Amino acid sequence: MEFATFIVLMLLGYGFGTWAESRHYKSIEERETRYQHLPTIGLKQPLPQQGRVVKTQLAAGNVVISVDYFKRFLAALRNIFGGRVSSYETLVDRARREATLRMKESCPGATQIINVRLETASLSKNTKKGSIGSIEVFAYGTAITYK
Amino acid sequence: MLITNIEMIPGRQIVQHHGLVSGSTVRAKHVGRDIMASLKNIFGGELKGYTELLTESRKEAMARMKEQAKQMGANAVVNVRFSTSSVASGAAELYVYGTAVTVQ
Repeated sequence: MEFATFIVLMLLGYGFGTWAESRHYKSIEERETRYQHLPTIGLKQPLPQQGRVVKTQLAAGNVVISVDYFKRFLAALRNIFGGRVSSYETLVDRARREATLRMKESCPGATQIINVRLETASLSKNTKKGSIGSIEVFAYGTAITYK
Repeated sequence: MLITNIEMIPGRQIVQHHGLVSGSTVRAKHVGRDIMASLKNIFGGELKGYTELLTESRKEAMARMKEQAKQMGANAVVNVRFSTSSVASGAAELYVYGTAVTVQ
């Protein structure tokens, strides 16, 4: 019986997880092309720009993403053999890109975002098992609007 | 109140420094969100409840920092940094700090 539950959870995790991930990547890619014109840099000095500054504000975006059951199982297997845990690599990649996009979306009309910082925190309640489970990525920077 | 995470306010000049200001808040998630989150732990995907919770908490911490800066007579906070730490399981502390300044 327990084994059957495990199999069902694995299948559900695999099915929904894969579907959600590909949908999320599609959405990320589409929005990334839409916001390509907005330079997002880690420098503390603004890029040379004509005109004068009309607005300065803190732009921020965050996201909490969880990994599915199937991938968590794969990662647990990896813990035995060691090596690249690619199931978690896509998780953090998605989270970082999503947070950066939300930061860009939070300041419509901005000309550039400088000094961008990305902060990652694991807020999992499964800390006792030592798994990542869900992570939070918070992106922030200074949005400057020129006229 | 102007907030930036660089050492200056572009296009303005800093005339006075007031010192460090900070704001923090400790938040715990509630049971309803936890149930949703454990479901999401099977299917994967965004935990919207947690995202909102953390956004709200950061706003709260920022509001406290701004309040402190206002009391000092500042009109801007520069070099703002955020930090997150989990105090206990299920509770997170959001901390924000920066330098209060007066700009022209």
